[in-house]
Amino acid sequence: MATGTQPRTDTGEPDGARGGVLSATRAAISARHLRTDRWWLAPAATAAGLLAFVVYSTWRAFANADYYAAPYVSPFYSPCLAENCETMKGGPNWEIFGSWWGLSPALLILIFPLGFRLTCYYYRKAYYRGFWASPPACAVAEPHGKYTGETRFPLILQNIHRYFFYAAIPVAGILTYDTVLAFRNSAYAWGHMGLGTLVFLANIVLIWAYTLSCHSCRHIVGGRLKHFSQHPVRYRLWGWVGWLNARHARLAWASLISVALADFYVYLLATGVFDDPRFF
Amino acid sequence: MSAVERHAWDVVVVGAGGAGLRAAIEAREQGLRTAVICKSLFGKAHTVMAEGGIAASMGNVNEGDNWQVHFRDTMRGGKFLNQWRMAELHAREAPDRVWELETWGALFDRTADGRISQRNFGGHEYPRLAHVGDRTGLELIRTLQQKMVSLQQEDQREFGDYEARLKVYQECTVTRVLKSDGLKSGGKVSGVFCYERESGRFFVIEAPAVVLATGGIGKSFKVTSNSWEYTGDGHALALLAGAPLINMEFVQFHPTGMVWPPSVKGILVTESVRGDGGVLRNSEGKRFMFDYIPDVFKEKYAQSEGEGDRWYEDPDHNRRPPELLPRDEVARAINSEVKAGRGSPHGGVFLDVSTRMPADVIKRRLPSMHHQFKELADVDITAEPMEVGPTCHYVMGGVDVDPDTAAARGVPGLFAAGEVAGGMHGSNRLGGNSLSDLLVFGRRAGLHAAEYAAALAAGMRPSPGEADIAAAEAEALRPFSAEGQAEGQGAEHSQGRPAENPYTLHQELQQTMNDLVGIIRREGEMTEALHRLSGLRVRARHAGVEGHRQFNPGWHLAIDLRNMLLVSECVARAALERTESRGGHTRDDHPHMDREWRRINLVCSLIDPTGGIAAADPERGQIRLERREVPPIRPDLLGLFEKEELVKYLTDEELTQ
Amino acid sequence: MTTSTSAYLAHFRVWRGDEDGGGLEDFKVEVNEGEVVLDIVHRLQATQAPDLAVRWNCKAGKCGSCSAEINGRPRLMCMTRMSVFGRDETITITPLRAFPVVRDLVTDVSFNYAKAREVPSFVPPQGLGPGDYRMQQEDVGRSQEFRKCIECFLCQDTCHVVRDHEENKGAFAGPRFLMRVAELDMHPLDAAAEAGIDRKRTAQDDHGLGYCNITKCCTEVCPEGIKITDNALIPLKERAVDRKYDPLVWLGNKILRRKP
Repeated sequence: MATGTQPRTDTGEPDGARGGVLSATRAAISARHLRTDRWWLAPAATAAGLLAFVVYSTWRAFANADYYAAPYVSPFYSPCLAENCETMKGGPNWEIFGSWWGLSPALLILIFPLGFRLTCYYYRKAYYRGFWASPPACAVAEPHGKYTGETRFPLILQNIHRYFFYAAIPVAGILTYDTVLAFRNSAYAWGHMGLGTLVFLANIVLIWAYTLSCHSCRHIVGGRLKHFSQHPVRYRLWGWVGWLNARHARLAWASLISVALADFYVYLLATGVFDDPRFF
Repeated sequence: MSAVERHAWDVVVVGAGGAGLRAAIEAREQGLRTAVICKSLFGKAHTVMAEGGIAASMGNVNEGDNWQVHFRDTMRGGKFLNQWRMAELHAREAPDRVWELETWGALFDRTADGRISQRNFGGHEYPRLAHVGDRTGLELIRTLQQKMVSLQQEDQREFGDYEARLKVYQECTVTRVLKSDGLKSGGKVSGVFCYERESGRFFVIEAPAVVLATGGIGKSFKVTSNSWEYTGDGHALALLAGAPLINMEFVQFHPTGMVWPPSVKGILVTESVRGDGGVLRNSEGKRFMFDYIPDVFKEKYAQSEGEGDRWYEDPDHNRRPPELLPRDEVARAINSEVKAGRGSPHGGVFLDVSTRMPADVIKRRLPSMHHQFKELADVDITAEPMEVGPTCHYVMGGVDVDPDTAAARGVPGLFAAGEVAGGMHGSNRLGGNSLSDLLVFGRRAGLHAAEYAAALAAGMRPSPGEADIAAAEAEALRPFSAEGQAEGQGAEHSQGRPAENPYTLHQELQQTMNDLVGIIRREGEMTEALHRLSGLRVRARHAGVEGHRQFNPGWHLAIDLRNMLLVSECVARAALERTESRGGHTRDDHPHMDREWRRINLVCSLIDPTGGIAAADPERGQIRLERREVPPIRPDLLGLFEKEELVKYLTDEELTQ
Repeated sequence: MTTSTSAYLAHFRVWRGDEDGGGLEDFKVEVNEGEVVLDIVHRLQATQAPDLAVRWNCKAGKCGSCSAEINGRPRLMCMTRMSVFGRDETITITPLRAFPVVRDLVTDVSFNYAKAREVPSFVPPQGLGPGDYRMQQEDVGRSQEFRKCIECFLCQDTCHVVRDHEENKGAFAGPRFLMRVAELDMHPLDAAAEAGIDRKRTAQDDHGLGYCNITKCCTEVCPEGIKITDNALIPLKERAVDRKYDPLVWLGNKILRRKP
């Protein structure tokens, strides 16, 4: 009986090219969507923002130049793991890759933050919508004939997000170390501060906030528990991470912009466009 | 006419709210093949609207609570007109019914020691209502729905068919209960006649036991908290099958419904708002409820604002504020304030939590109220008061049932539970007692319907007759062939008139009941109401609809009008007859409670069940009203009350017995 | 509070038809202060289109019956105030476009009931009788959020996995029922594991969690404001990762012989 809770048997066959909302059983409406608001604005802005960052960061990562202006090291090049790095006194030079590495040392380390952000639950939403239009916006039909989501290779690899989270923690730790080093002046004397120090401080706060607001982090600190009441400390941590997690998207953007700005600031100093205004 | 499809089941439950689902679960667990029929989608029943909680004396918050205290509160709330045995069973069994829900996956709010939290509510001496924020009804429905699904999963494993022993026919309406020998008295239930709302197709379910669990009648009133489904279907089905209704004069007007904007007028504002500290003020800013404490409750309620406020923190040494009086008292008080010109801009009074609780507490404890006012009225209840006024909420009256088995009197095989059954709540229902009523008597109805059906030997099952089915079909199809008033009365000046619009008739009916048989009643107005009802009844026979049978709301309404007119007449006739004020029945011309009337139930029955409604003379009406003496309350139960209290309700003669 | 305004005529376009076809029909209809879209649909029924089919029930956003798409967005008609639209704006109402249409604004939502049956029910713990259940508020809080669901099926309707790909309906339970899996997996007393049901693993293997690409439309349309993606679907994905993709967790469980 049609009004029962058993679904009809005569439905469910895809209708070739006219699938989805245009299927024969659905209400006959030829428009792929009927939204009257500017639904395209959000995915377009997202795509533009991400694209801008990709272009900028690609240029900077491959440039292999102008990434150090004492006492500041660009977050794109920290830690610097090859012999071809600039010498940074007390800085994050660890030449574990030795001399055979000829490319930009940024490429060695950027894989980790890149992987972290690429598999991040927020960025996934952002680029699935913005670049892949899957879907472009809610209740706007997507242009693809077939969809398997994250069920098979390569997208099934999104499940390794938590490993990138683990990797993101030491990276954030090193950037914190860089920020501490930024309390020196260009002669490496401690106890000084400049505008760059503030830029680095803001950046590291946002990097940590973004990293800790990660959904995997929320799961690991407490989300995986069945009984919060038996783990009061983890429950409290879960609450804090949850508070941050609710702001994950905003933190993702803020930290993306701040890391680019920090790099750009170093670039400007290194190319001598201006000198770092010193406070003391 | 073509042969109508027939399905055979052991037990049929009409209605998929709390009572219906609980009955179905019980009947199925007794091993019987059970079908549920509901007008809406499965899981959308009106029970989801219940907000406050389920009353059960578990004693989790105050250990002083037990079933006797709950029984006392229930009897007081109903002004001692309750069917005492039902009130007793209800108070005794409610805790088990709540605990059982937990084993089916329900998640109530918790106390600090991990038990089910309980909240205060009007008329309940102790915190007693198990709740989930202010969406308890939703939790109840979802839990029962999911229990149904789990039983279906069992059947899937055993028989490879989810619906082998439990099936929901959703979006179907029952228009007639069928009996073994037509509509003559003495016949046994043989099934139900139904149509699919989606396709308009008719079908018959053959079953020896039918449980009515259709809820209430609120859609006969204009301002109501009830949904479209509440057209008194079960009340009318019982009447038409020959079963009487009792207590139909008692209609509960919930004191706090929204009054603005107009399109949501009547939508409920949960009593938990007051249970959690909300206060009522008039336009002068006065907490007027202190002026409206009736004598019978004088000792139980705070006499000053200070004492009332202290009660929330220290209930053992203070009396509760009068905002928590039973609903009938609060509704009348609000009505009086508005009439005296001390109402709010949109004709209600102010209900304020914003000055009583911090915003985050309000959002946590009353989330759906916060949401409802924000979305529908653009009012932020954490910052400003709500405007509220009385709204038709619940009918205490219903099918006259045996208290232990929920069997309808006079029709073997017919059972009723929940709002459609009468007696349990007397003249006024306490908040929270409806959800527990659904569970306690839903289970009992399912159990006894199953036992009744199982006891009938296979060959002894009554079968619906073709003639009855054809008659039911013709009745249901009439709106499609309706023309103006051409047959008989008024023919000379109505020939060729267009058919009546069912929506118009419905609106007139609602206006009539609201204005003339509403919260405050007068003899002349009710006589006028009966006159108007007879006119509407005649016009309803000419209610016509356009289009076809597939999902045609006009047609559905035309069919439901028959039921609304029947129950409205019951309400009006009984209200006219009862010359006193008690609970949900307030007479302007008889403002006092009369102990003699406590001994009387008014019983409504159909004058001529055999001829259906066609035979009824429009002026005389279709309903016969009889007085019946209530059974005396068992002495040990009377012993739970102080003598001084009993003299307010019982006659001297009863007291000396 | 809105200041009082007079009634006006609004332009509505309502999809009418059935499985054999149909189209948008134009109506001019009166709108009064404080009304919602469902009021206008009712006015159409009472005055111009008595056989206009529509599902509704509580009219207070509690039952989830009156789901439709208003100007292309999945919404409850009873919770969409007319004041959010301009007076000369044309308001288009169509049935849910992810499900087979029945008539006018009514669709066949039985897909959802079929999916509900595929999720194994709550498994009561052995040895705990009725009345013996003890649970802390913080332990039930997460599942309680999901139990606020009114089953309006707007999330099921908007989810592109099935909205745009009919063929995925077999494999994918949809946000509402993946949330149900999460709800049960987070229920402090659910004994599914003891009964041999691994809800974390079956979320992916049986209910199609992998199809979800967390684009959050379910959360966007939820009239109850449930954070479906952040609080149910992503945690469920992480739980599936615990089972299937995390050797550290697997190793830890092996060594400590513990049941997670």
